[in-house]
Amino acid sequence: MAELEIDKLPTYLEIPAIQKDSMAGDGPFKASAEIQEQLGFPGEKVENWQQIAIEKMAETTSKYRSVQVFLDACVKCGACTDKCHYYLGTADPKNMPVARQDLFRSVYRRHFTFAGKYFPKLVGAKELDDAMLDDWYNYFHQCSQCRRCAVFCPYGIDTAEISMAAREVMNVIGVGQKYSNQILGRINKIGNNLGMPEPALRDTLLDLEEEIEKETGVAVKLPLDNKHAEILMVTPSADFFAEPHIDGLIGYAKVFHQSGVTWTMSSYASEAANFGMFIGSYDVMRKGALRIRKAALDLGVSRIVVGECGHAWRVAYSFWNTLSGIGGGASDEYALKLQKQLDSNYPQPQHIIEFTYDLIQKGILTFDKTKNDHRKVTFHDSCNVARGSNMGDIENGQFILPREVIKAACNHFVDMPKATIKASTYCCGGGGGLLTDDLIELRIKGAMPRMQALKQSQENDGVNTLAAICAICKSQFSKVLPNYDFDPYMIVSVHQLVSDALVLSDKSETKAEDSL
Amino acid sequence: MTIGFIFFCYLALLICIIGVSRKIVQYWQTPAPLKIPIAPAPLTRTGVFMRMAAEVFLFKSLFRASKWTWFFGWIFHWALVLLFIRHLGYFWPGDTPEVLLKTESFKYASFPLIIGLMGLLGRRIFVDRVRYISAPSDYLMLILLIAIGASGMLMTFALYYPDMGLVYSFAEGLVTLNWSELPSEWIFLAHIFLAFTLIAIFPISKLLHAPGIFFSPTLNQVDNARKKRHISSWAMQKETDKEIFIEQNSEKDE
Repeated sequence: MAELEIDKLPTYLEIPAIQKDSMAGDGPFKASAEIQEQLGFPGEKVENWQQIAIEKMAETTSKYRSVQVFLDACVKCGACTDKCHYYLGTADPKNMPVARQDLFRSVYRRHFTFAGKYFPKLVGAKELDDAMLDDWYNYFHQCSQCRRCAVFCPYGIDTAEISMAAREVMNVIGVGQKYSNQILGRINKIGNNLGMPEPALRDTLLDLEEEIEKETGVAVKLPLDNKHAEILMVTPSADFFAEPHIDGLIGYAKVFHQSGVTWTMSSYASEAANFGMFIGSYDVMRKGALRIRKAALDLGVSRIVVGECGHAWRVAYSFWNTLSGIGGGASDEYALKLQKQLDSNYPQPQHIIEFTYDLIQKGILTFDKTKNDHRKVTFHDSCNVARGSNMGDIENGQFILPREVIKAACNHFVDMPKATIKASTYCCGGGGGLLTDDLIELRIKGAMPRMQALKQSQENDGVNTLAAICAICKSQFSKVLPNYDFDPYMIVSVHQLVSDALVLSDKSETKAEDSL
Repeated sequence: MTIGFIFFCYLALLICIIGVSRKIVQYWQTPAPLKIPIAPAPLTRTGVFMRMAAEVFLFKSLFRASKWTWFFGWIFHWALVLLFIRHLGYFWPGDTPEVLLKTESFKYASFPLIIGLMGLLGRRIFVDRVRYISAPSDYLMLILLIAIGASGMLMTFALYYPDMGLVYSFAEGLVTLNWSELPSEWIFLAHIFLAFTLIAIFPISKLLHAPGIFFSPTLNQVDNARKKRHISSWAMQKETDKEIFIEQNSEKDE
């Protein structure tokens, strides 16, 4: 770490001149045979990998309209070239969204288009050889699938779709990434990304209950596997152990406590994150979603609420209904059972921010905002929430609701520069399966645009607190903030702000009975 | 010569129509298995319609992304539309309708057309990022369009007039299958040849962005996944076959 040179933050964000191969390399650690096989992928690079890869590309383009259309439609206008935080932070031209896609597109052209088959040089069509595969592995693991490029593309071309497709092709030929695939193995076996078994989880929650009671004098519960609860809470497992995540979890618990609604977490499905999305695997993603459906059915809950996690919320909001029929419209036996069980008066699933926001609107929560008066808060829109989901079922609700929740709990809120928030938000630099130490240089450099915006807000508005609603953002910022001379503890959960200002009452038991 | 040219024109049209139709059918039939609308995502069908209109007519996203690219690209595309309308008159069988006779002034659209194309070419040459992503075909496409525009302008404004009677009867003849002699001016021949070359390469080039945009799932989807189930045929099949499935039992199974 010490030898890594990090440039001082610029006063204004400038578009760097390209520096070829500045991020060339071997990419992140590769998954071992054992990890790969757990997910049903070949343990090692298969003998006829080129043939298998091309066949997989054909399958992908026939199954995903996005990939097919995006590969054809790009006109190389250059609109996306200066939009990726990894390009801005590293100046490697292969980190320009279009150039990253072109690694995949050039092979597509060579094998699937007339022009590429007969005039490869003319249209930049290339063979999938060893060098190309190395580039795929390196540069498709320098994409956090944050979709910022897609906001600016005149055809909505989403590099995330291409990088997911490429990662799936690589997995199918036996070239997988250690970090993502190891985590996926754990969730399939134990139920969360950490591989934290039920007894450990139970202990952690009991400790937290004690801690809250000691601090507040109120017995706030964090129930596990409670079959009589109304709400199943699914949250990223980082909330159980990491800082600052855990203070967010305490925040959820306090909100539930005040609401009087009974809730529980599940030891079987103790993970909201779904890394199946990062590796572009529909099947792996579906498996994760089915676990949550099973937990909801087993526990007999009438509502499902999702904690602060960016891509988890995208998967929950946009994909769960498709993958496992959580929502409405699915027709298999268990989906129908779940539809009967879930309360249609509420959106299913619901984000914890939506839940808290509703309570605020109804006047159920009381805040002592002065508790947060030492903070000047700004909000980092996490990429997957901002660009791949909604809240409150109102247009742009995913930008409005978190800010309203913060403002309900804090007196001082200010936004970062307009070009760096909401739909145009910069990724934290650690999303999409890149939150691993073997990619630390990329993570630090990729955080630069967000750090630059934060610095502007710090200088102009005295911002000293950065709030987020994503487990990856929180971990990533804790790690990279010091590299840019910020306080690593300035990153907090939105529900930590809620937690600090919420006025607790000790009448939860009577309330709970009323609402039942 | 004439026969060869006429054959080429029909071949180009045939390639274009069949090729683009096949592409459209392919896009149509390829399922979009997941809801992936990109922010700011509309929550209703009307919203999607408005978004698509803003993209197609105003290039809204491109405007957000790069003002120069937007400016050159937008004036080029609208100039192309005007010039296309003006050219309909040549091919119209029988008496040219009143409306098309009034499009004479559309010829001036060739100026913004050329300005737009030169601007786009300039960006490709001088902006290092755009230069990096450009293949030879990207330059050739612009040069082809510039050549078509320039040859047209030479005939319209620079007194290289072809025999207009012959032009009309040749163009009409293509439509009515009543083929007539080809005007012999080289500049006219070049204009026609390049224009039909452009038509021919439509389905095998990046010109597919034109049909493609309407099929782009990030732009054309309604953001309502929680309310309405979205599922593709192949995913439904997997579901019915219980390919990935977790058996449900009343007891928890850890």
